[in-house]
This record gives sequence, structure tokens and C-alpha cells, in this order.
Amino acid sequence: MSFRERLQSWRYNLVPDHVVGEILTKRWTDNAIPFLALVVTLATFGSVIPGFFKLTALQESTRQLGEFSMVVTGMTVVMLGGGIDLSVGSIFALSCFSAVYVFFILEQSIWLALAASLATGLVFGAINGYLVGYLRLRAFLTTLVTFIFGRALFDILVTTYAADVQLSDATSDVLDFIGDSTFWGLSVSVWLAIILAIVTHIALTRSRPGWHVLAVGGSRRSAHNAGIRVRRTVFMTYVFSGFCASIGGFLIACRLSGAGPGTGLNLEIMALTAAVVGGVSLGGGRGSVIKGLMGAIIVLTMTNGLIRLGYGTGTNQMVLGIMLAVAVTIDIRWLKNRHKVLNEVYVAPVYLKMGETQSAAPGSGTPYELDNRLSAAEHIGLGELEGPEDVILDRNDNLYCGTRHGEIVRFFAPDYVRSEVFAHIGGFPLGLAFDKSGNLISCVGAMGLYSVSPDREVKRLSAETSRSWTSIVDDARLRDPNDCDIAPDGRIYFTDSTKRYDAHDWALDSIENRATGRLLVYDPKDGSTRTLLDGYRYTNGVCMAHDGKSLFFAESWACRVHRYWLEGPKAGTAECVIRDMPGYPDNINRASDGNYWMAWLGMRTPSFDLSLRHPDMRKRMTRRLPQDEWLFPNINTGGVVKFNEKGGIVEAMGDLTGGAHPMVTSMREHKGYLFVGGILNNRIGRYKIAGADPNWTSPASYWGAKP
Amino acid sequence: MNTIGWPNFRSVNQEGIVFAIAVVLFVAAAIGLPGFIDANNLVAIVRSVSVLGILALGMAVVIIGRGIDLSAVAIMAMSVAWYLQLLNSGTPDGLAFAYVLAGVLAIGLLNGFLVAYADVPAIFVTLATGSFVFGYVRSQLITQDAVPVPQGHWVELLGGLRFLDIPIEVFVFAGLAFLFFLFLRYTKWGRYIYFAGDNPVAARNIGIPVRPMLVLRYVLSAFVALIAGLLTAASLHSINTRVVNSTLLYDIVLVAVIGGIGLSGGRGGVRNVLVGAALIGILLNAMTIVDIPLLYQNLIKAAILLGAIIVDGIINPRDEQTAQQGDI
Repeated sequence: MSFRERLQSWRYNLVPDHVVGEILTKRWTDNAIPFLALVVTLATFGSVIPGFFKLTALQESTRQLGEFSMVVTGMTVVMLGGGIDLSVGSIFALSCFSAVYVFFILEQSIWLALAASLATGLVFGAINGYLVGYLRLRAFLTTLVTFIFGRALFDILVTTYAADVQLSDATSDVLDFIGDSTFWGLSVSVWLAIILAIVTHIALTRSRPGWHVLAVGGSRRSAHNAGIRVRRTVFMTYVFSGFCASIGGFLIACRLSGAGPGTGLNLEIMALTAAVVGGVSLGGGRGSVIKGLMGAIIVLTMTNGLIRLGYGTGTNQMVLGIMLAVAVTIDIRWLKNRHKVLNEVYVAPVYLKMGETQSAAPGSGTPYELDNRLSAAEHIGLGELEGPEDVILDRNDNLYCGTRHGEIVRFFAPDYVRSEVFAHIGGFPLGLAFDKSGNLISCVGAMGLYSVSPDREVKRLSAETSRSWTSIVDDARLRDPNDCDIAPDGRIYFTDSTKRYDAHDWALDSIENRATGRLLVYDPKDGSTRTLLDGYRYTNGVCMAHDGKSLFFAESWACRVHRYWLEGPKAGTAECVIRDMPGYPDNINRASDGNYWMAWLGMRTPSFDLSLRHPDMRKRMTRRLPQDEWLFPNINTGGVVKFNEKGGIVEAMGDLTGGAHPMVTSMREHKGYLFVGGILNNRIGRYKIAGADPNWTSPASYWGAKP
Repeated sequence: MNTIGWPNFRSVNQEGIVFAIAVVLFVAAAIGLPGFIDANNLVAIVRSVSVLGILALGMAVVIIGRGIDLSAVAIMAMSVAWYLQLLNSGTPDGLAFAYVLAGVLAIGLLNGFLVAYADVPAIFVTLATGSFVFGYVRSQLITQDAVPVPQGHWVELLGGLRFLDIPIEVFVFAGLAFLFFLFLRYTKWGRYIYFAGDNPVAARNIGIPVRPMLVLRYVLSAFVALIAGLLTAASLHSINTRVVNSTLLYDIVLVAVIGGIGLSGGRGGVRNVLVGAALIGILLNAMTIVDIPLLYQNLIKAAILLGAIIVDGIINPRDEQTAQQGDI
């Protein structure tokens, strides 16, 4: 290995590039930026202002935080529903005044004041909701106008009644309690805000009305077409916002025992900035209460911090303006470009030096030497089929295969002309196997392991395995279940080819060449699924050995076949039995003479082998070239290989014309014939094997003669 | 089938209604309010709406292009305040003016860039830049809320200019209105604004430079705001930056919207601004004569604006199937 290659292998095999892409697929990355901003803000002001984290200082600012975060929670819900509520400042101020008026001037009980406060907020919110929800006016301008209206009203009321409030001598223990007392260091308003946030969060994520809000915000049109009452949902978000703002207003009335011209001033732009800085998306659908709270803490820390640092008039507005502009721009750009970035960085190829291989060229004299025998195969279902990845025959000689359309098709013996849809699965059925009682077990691409009973009842057996601790992508889900086989005790062994790509993106997995393939086992006794082996380059075909004590499985991109021991001294371990083949192995099945058939889905080429030693080149290729110009495994030529128990190659056959079976993904021997399938083919081939046992069938080989 | 004598409601549009209301209001005020029809009062009306009208012209161009400029008042007040502050602290006039021009240009470009190239909704961009402009100039560049015009400076002289006993800003308003009229109606670029406002995607597809023109509109609006600010300073001999936090901004939107310039873009023109300005001017003047306190005036204006927006929403309704996602 040259020095360059050594460097390359260190660089690309040891540096976990793929982690970046996997992290970016996570929804929580949306929270990362606001969270970082939060940490930076707190750290900055904490270090600049002496005593920032002192308890007394915190209590004062958290009191404000309680009221403010309530308003932000309301704003968040409105924004999640695709609107915006700029009138929160006015609602806040008017609710505060209502409470003050009822308590200090009418000298009624504090509870009546609370009721008045809430009523004010609800009515104001309902007006907004009616205008924006039912009349469908533009949210921004409409709430801007109701904000001016409310503010004008508040200014008139405050100037009229300010003196009376001053003169009033109404007092209440409850009021003082709400305004001043603390529980475990936190004031009542903070506790209320926390409760409100939790309730709102649960309502949004776990209840029907909450889902409706998110649906309307995510896509108003789809929500409408799905039958959600869009207008009422929007209406309710504004009512809720009014409710939140009015509680905030009531709390500040209790805390300050009055209302002044400054009450709720600039609150709307602060709340809006907080929600956007926290990462609640404009236009709706994306965001959460927690994000809103993060934004609230950031904004409040910034503005309060700047005041305590002694900056003059206008600084707040300046900072809010910058924060709003930056946050909105980041939000919009991020939303727009996230998937582009993801496409750019997701494919992270690794270095691999493939071993020297023997030639498969005709006339080369090696055991792998391909010939033209398969081109003579008869065809079944020509033109009717699309993508028979695997083929299998039952005890009555009927032929089954999966198709790209998500169906399992049955061809009737003896001439295989008539066919019917045996079962509709939905996903692409790949590997097939019959169990002891005649159920057809299938690995369905991107869905999992399924069972179809003789009565055509489709049942899901397994769709997930246990989550590994170190994987960032969710590797519990089966992404690409590929082939399965059944042990004598009924346990189903199957492969999941890759953790990082969906089944149809297999070409990307071959280019990346990262070893993420697994061998799994499903136990029908308790319905559990376990991961047996991990870290192979695209695990593919699985086949029980004739004695049932071990199984063979193919590792496609490494061109190897492994043997996994179920019993005996080596139980639970795997050993490589065939290495450095000239072709990429696919399904493996039993042959009548005690050997095994193996399909080759494609052939190695010197160019692709070379590119595997240049991961940087493959990375550039996937980023800069269109997909149809990528270098990936040659799948224009494949074949069928027979190997023995020890891994020795017995014979190989192919279709050199490329007319009938250029690529082979599966083959099944049955009564002297070999049935050949290909995932990109439009037929099943039927080839008469010279000298094969004319009575041998696979079900009999597995489960004994007919009961 | 309108033969029985019912008016044809289809031919009645918002502009017509508003104009009729303005006329009725004018007649009613002329009859009911003493001193309203007086020549000095009429000049005062026109003068009072001049600055508002000039700002509304800039706003109109932006709204026709399916945008909105909430930073107009901040730019108007803060640019002039900074200019006067520079003059008061001894900076040469030419240099100070160049600074201010550059600042105004920069904010206009920033608005336009964020709206056009970063695809951020105009309403947020201009809300943010408005807040920033006010905060930055107030906290960093000037020392108190109100900045006086230096003695004998041309801005002061401008305020004293009269022509036929009519203050100069009326002529400026008339001239600008005429220029905007020519621009919007008879130039290629003016027509493009309508196309882009009516259907931005289609306009872009037929090859109109939609994005550079968006930038142009915000720059234009910023310069119009600067002119309005200079005229305000000229007539008051100082500029009070508190105007940014007043309802002036909403008065501008009110003039544009009430005149019949649809907020969804592509509709309206200079005439709508003139009609809107006439109604608001008469209304404000009448309210002042009747001695309604300023706070109540705000309430009334907000109610009218709300009504205008509701009417706008009914005339230009939005549909669940065709409404733009995230169009708030």
C-alpha cells in the first residue's frame, strides 16, 4: 500500500464523515442553533455582568420571564398555525388594566379581576381570530391594526383612571402572594408559565386539536382538503394567544399593583423576535413551545443585560432588530437549503482495496469462467413482470415472485402461462422462503419481514430490531431487508443490507461502500428480532446449509460469502468461505447435488475497483456529476455460480448476449430446472440443468417429503 | 339588466367609494364646522397631508410590487436626525449629506436584498430594519430625542419658502406625485412593477428582472422617506425621533390601502394615493377642529384602517386552494 493510499484510508475510514449527514437528518438539529445561541447569550452576559447568576437578580428577571414566556407561548401557537399575532402587547396591557380596574376601582375580589382579565384576552383574541380565521384577512396587518386599536384604547383608559388607581386602598393577600411570593426560589409567574408550557406542549404533540394546528400550519391547503376545519383551527389559535397574553397581563397587574403607559410596550416585537430566534418557523408547522421558551430567555437576557450594562435609549430596538433580521433570514435560508446541504454531505465514501480476483472471461480457464448457457433459458411472464428479485416454487410446482408494484405474483404449473396476484404487500418483495406450514415469508424492501399464509393473509412479522447505542441514524428500523431463509427450528434468518440508505438507493450504498449490513434473526416463538452480525458491506443472500447447522450469507460490495454457524463449536461466529470473487453476489439457494447456487448481480470492473481506493474522487463524483454519469458496479453482466460446502467454485454460467439474463439476483432449482430472476428484468428464466435430479424440490429439501 | 334604476355595483370600486366619502365629508365639514372652508384651513389641510402623501407614494410603489415597507418612518426620522446631528457637530454640509445618502441607500439596499435574494418576507425585513435603524441612530449617532435644524441652514430656509402663499412641500408633493404617475404609467420599469406585483413567478418567467427591481423599489422608498424627512424638518425646524413610535407609519399604510391599492399587489396607482390622502387629510383636520383628543383620533384612525383592510379582504378574497403557504 502506497503512502498516499495509507493516508486516504486513515482519512476516510477513521474520520466519521457520515456522522455529519446523519446528524443533519435529525429533526432536533433545528433546535441546535437556538440552543447554541442561548448558551452563548447566557455565558456572555453571565461573564460580563457581575452577579448575573445571583439568586436575587435571577428572581427579578425570572418574574419578568414568567409573564413574557406566557405571551411567547401564545405567539408560538399562533405561528405554528401559520399566522402571527402582533396584538399581544395590547392584549397584555388591556388585560392588565381590566384586572387593575376591577380590583382597585370597583374593589371586587381578585378572582373577579382574574375573570375580567381573561375575558378581555379571550374577547380580543376572538376578534383577531374571527378577522384572520373566518374572514381570512392577512394576519400581520390585521393584528397590527388591532394592536394599534388596543393600544389607543389602553392609552385612553390609563390616562383616565390612573389617578383613581393610585388613590385606591384595596389590598389582598392573594394578590401579594401571586405578585411577590416564591416557591423553591421561583416566583409564582414562572411556575404558572412552566405549567402552561407543559400543558401546551402536550396539547400540541399529543392531542387532536394540537395536531390540527400543526397540520394547518404545515400545509393549509392539504389540511383543508383533508377535512380539517382550517378556519376554526386558526380562530382557536388566536383565542389561545389572547388567553396567554391575558394571564401575563393579570400577573403583571399583581406584581406592579397597577398599570402604566409603559405596560406591554414593545412586547409584540419582543415576543415575535423570541419566537423566531427560538426557531419557530414563519409560515407555520415547524417549531415547539420549548423553542419559544428558549427564544424568550435569549431575548429577555439580551435586553435586560443591555439595560444593566447601561446602554442608552434605543439599544434594545437596535438589538431586537438585528436579532429578528438575522433569525428570520437564517430560518428561511435553513428551511430552503437544508435538504441541499444534506444531499451534499450525506454520501461519505470509505477507502477499500479489493483483493485480486480471478478472471471470469470466457476462455480464461478459471472456475469462474462465464459461458452463454443462460441465454438459452425459456422465459416465463415476459413483459408481464417487472422486477422479480427472487423466485420460489411451492410443493405443487407453482411459481412465485415479487414485483416492483408491491405484489407477489403466482404462475400456475405446469406451463407457467397463467398467473394471478397472489398477495398485495405494498412494498417491493425481495427475498422469499417457504416455512414448514407453507407460509410464504418475504423480505419487503423498506418495510420489513412479512408472512403470507396459503390463504393469502398478509402478516407483518418484524419491522425493527434493537437500537444500537452508537448509531446516530435510527438503526432499529429495517431499511433494506433483502433475503431470508428458515432454520429447521423455524427461526427466520434474514439480512438488512444497509442502515444508511433506502432500498432504491442501493447504488449510493455501493459508492459509499460503508460496512453497515446486518444479519438478523426473527424468532416466531416470541416474535422477537435480534441482530446477530453487523458491519458487512451490503449483506444480501442467505441460505441454510443442507445440514441446517450453519448458513451462508453473501456480502455484495466486498464480493465475499460468509458462513455463520448456528450450532457446534463455532456457533455464533462467522467465517469467510469465498473471497475476492469477480462478481457481486446476491441470493444463495440450495442445489440438488448438495452444492449451492449463488446469483451474481453484476461484475467487478477495474475502474470501479480503482475508484474504491479513491474515496475523495467518489465524493466529488456524487456531488458534482448527475446521477446517470456516476461510476458504480457494472450490472450489465451477471451470472449464476455453483459452489460447494467448502466454498470451492464448481461452475459458473451466464448470458453473454445480455439479451435474456444480463443481471441475476436469484435462482431456484426445482425438478431439474433452474428458475432465474433479476431485479431489473422483465421475465423469469427457466433453464434445464443437465444431469440434475429431476425429483428434487426445495420445500422437500427443507421440510421433508410431502406430509 | 340594470334597467330599473339600480346602480351598477360592479362599476363601483373602492377608489370611487372613498372619493365619494371624502366629498361628502368635505361638504359636511364645510357646512357644519366653522372655519373649515377658510382658505388658510384648506392650505393647512393640503400641507398636513403633503408629507404623509409623499411617504404614501413610496409605500404605494412598494405595495404595488407586492411588498410593504415598515421601515419608512424610521428611515425618514432617523436619517434626517443624523444629518442634523452631523451638521450641529460641525461636519461640512456636503460630507454630512453624502454620509446620510449613503446610509439611506444602504438601508434600502439591505431591505431589498433580504426581500429579493434571501426570500425573507418584506414585512419582517422592514420591521427588523426599522427597529434597527431607530435603535442604532438613537443609541449611537444622536444624543437626544429631538434634533434642531442649525440656524440659517438651507433646510430652515426651505421651510419658509412660499409660492402663491402655498408652502413648498405642497409643490414637492404635487411634483413627486406627477413623477411617480409618469414612472408607473408610462415607463417600461413602471409597468414591470405591476406585472411583478400581480404575479411574480410569471413576471420572472417572461424575463423581467424581478429581483433587481425589488431592490430598486426599496431603495426608492428609502429616498422618498429621506425627502419627506427633510420637508418635515423644514417645516418644524427640528426633527423629533419619537415620531417613529407614533402611529404615523400606520397612517401611511392607511392612506395607501384606503385609496384602493390592494395589499396583494399589482393594483392601484398615484390617483389612489391622492384620494386616500384627501380623505385622511379632511378627516384629521375635521377631527382637530371638533377638538377630538389625539388619543381618540388614533382610535378612530385604527377603526378606519381596520374597516379598510376588511373591505380589502372582501374585495380581494383569498382562497384555500390558491392562497400562498406562509403568506402572512
